[in-house]
Amino acid sequence: MTELQAGQDGEALSAPRTEARTQRARYLDVSIALVAFAVLAMLPLFFSSKALLDFVIRCSAFGLFATSLNLLVGYTGMISFGHGMFFGLGAYGYGLIMQRTGVPIPVAFVGTLLITAVVAAVIGAICVRLKEIYFAFVTLAFQMLIHSTILSWTSLTGGDQGLRGGIPRPIFLGIDLANHVHLYVMSCALLVLGLLLMRQIAQSPFGYTLRMIRDNATRASFIGIDVWRARLTIFVLAALFASTGGILMALFVSGAYPEFAYWTISGEGIFINMLGGVTTFLGPMVGTVLLLILNDTVTRLTEYYGIVLGIVILFFAIGLRKGLMDFVVEWYAQRRHDAGERG
Amino acid sequence: MLEIRGLSKSFGGVKATDNVSLDFADGSLTAVIGPNGAGKSTFFNLITGALRPDSGEILLNGVDMAGRSPPEIVRHGIGRAFQVASIFPSLTVQETMLAAVCADQRRASVLHRRFPLAETRDRAEHAMELLGLAGKRNRTAATLSHGDQKLLDIALALVLEPRVLLLDEPTAGMGTEERWRMIDKVRELWERQKITVVFIEHDMDIVFKIAPEIVVLCYGRILATGTPDAIRRNQAVIEAYLGTEDHAGAAI
Repeated sequence: MTELQAGQDGEALSAPRTEARTQRARYLDVSIALVAFAVLAMLPLFFSSKALLDFVIRCSAFGLFATSLNLLVGYTGMISFGHGMFFGLGAYGYGLIMQRTGVPIPVAFVGTLLITAVVAAVIGAICVRLKEIYFAFVTLAFQMLIHSTILSWTSLTGGDQGLRGGIPRPIFLGIDLANHVHLYVMSCALLVLGLLLMRQIAQSPFGYTLRMIRDNATRASFIGIDVWRARLTIFVLAALFASTGGILMALFVSGAYPEFAYWTISGEGIFINMLGGVTTFLGPMVGTVLLLILNDTVTRLTEYYGIVLGIVILFFAIGLRKGLMDFVVEWYAQRRHDAGERG
Repeated sequence: MLEIRGLSKSFGGVKATDNVSLDFADGSLTAVIGPNGAGKSTFFNLITGALRPDSGEILLNGVDMAGRSPPEIVRHGIGRAFQVASIFPSLTVQETMLAAVCADQRRASVLHRRFPLAETRDRAEHAMELLGLAGKRNRTAATLSHGDQKLLDIALALVLEPRVLLLDEPTAGMGTEERWRMIDKVRELWERQKITVVFIEHDMDIVFKIAPEIVVLCYGRILATGTPDAIRRNQAVIEAYLGTEDHAGAAI
């Protein structure tokens, strides 16, 4: 145990310094978010391409979904194969409220989130007690259940035709979501705000509770953490952001379709996380952009989209053994380490 | 004061803990010894809530802990460290301590503030100093040596400021020299923190040297309790555990 007497390799903690450092981290995140939003929001001034704006809107919807999945997979170690159900629930919930009640958009938005929270709490209460593979299977089963319900409850959901006839987009506070640029700016705002909130969750004391549960749930319970409650909480929170992604998607296509609630959406979420990596907060966001670019370019070139995607996934999973952002961060850390040794 | 009354637990037909009654006075240091399969770890698991007892009471200052969940029992002041260091591999030493204090202050679900919280700092710092881990604060737990991981495990229990600390073989998997250093550390902590410490240990030299009180378990039952001297002379212990009288003589 001679290492015990080894020299200090870190400074002692002090109250003002801790406080100042956490404050700085928070300001930094907010600043990055504001800059990102400003850049995205100004894009239409320089590029008139509708395809580009569409691309960013889809990135927003799937990015929120994939990042929220990473709160479960990467931060808490809960591998859900059914997270897509909340994406579908968001799209259908929002679409139905708008089509049937005619309330203002923000009311429908909040209403959808409330419905999602209730459904997620019920499903989560059943699932989060289960360990690894059982959790994965049962979440997948619930996904299939919701998908089948959407298909068979034709009078409400339109069955396999989906919610057709368009979702009304009444103007509120001068924002007209029928206007493409308005919808685009709105998507960017939701994306940036959603990411900022999820970042706050990840860096909060609760975020570290999640990391402890991921690393060693038994030990976590022996330092007084109610593991079941923490898992349920993050399950519901993640569902809310996935649902927001679904709402964006419904706004974008002005409809909701059974594919939004199919298990392949959950699968894409997992793909995205594998592509981008789960050890960094922005990994899933990078993965989203990668997957959508792949999707758009490959489907244009060949009909064998699945094969190409499969090969890319294999490259990341077997070749790099990690996602792109994991790889970049490790490479950077190694470079700094080497530079430090040389200097 | 920790009082165990008639504690029993069976697995199938095997009585792993059989009607055990014991008192641990405040500020006492007790070693639990016994052959493999004597039910030492089961005894700890029952007290800390990892297992639910079939019958009996576990009274911590008069409040019954039997059948409560591990988080509840920890919050009442019974902390534990594990035979195989039970830590959070991807967190640094410092993060581990800060997060544990956070949990102890019932702030594990705080969402609106950033980790680490300023008010968790002093206790985390103190625990790292106590265990000699301050110099390795920024090391990830997974990269620590075996001995340091055991220390971190103990720090994790100690940082919660328990009234009773249960250490399941603090010296498991260590070489002779390292064992002694660890056990000196345990004794030092006990003297400084003035808490009740109960530890499981296999090395008789260590047990007889540092533990003022010894409990001998055998087949789930208490074979003997008492001071090192009394245990060494106890005929039942000699027959069942210490082996020949010669060995006992040698130990003296």
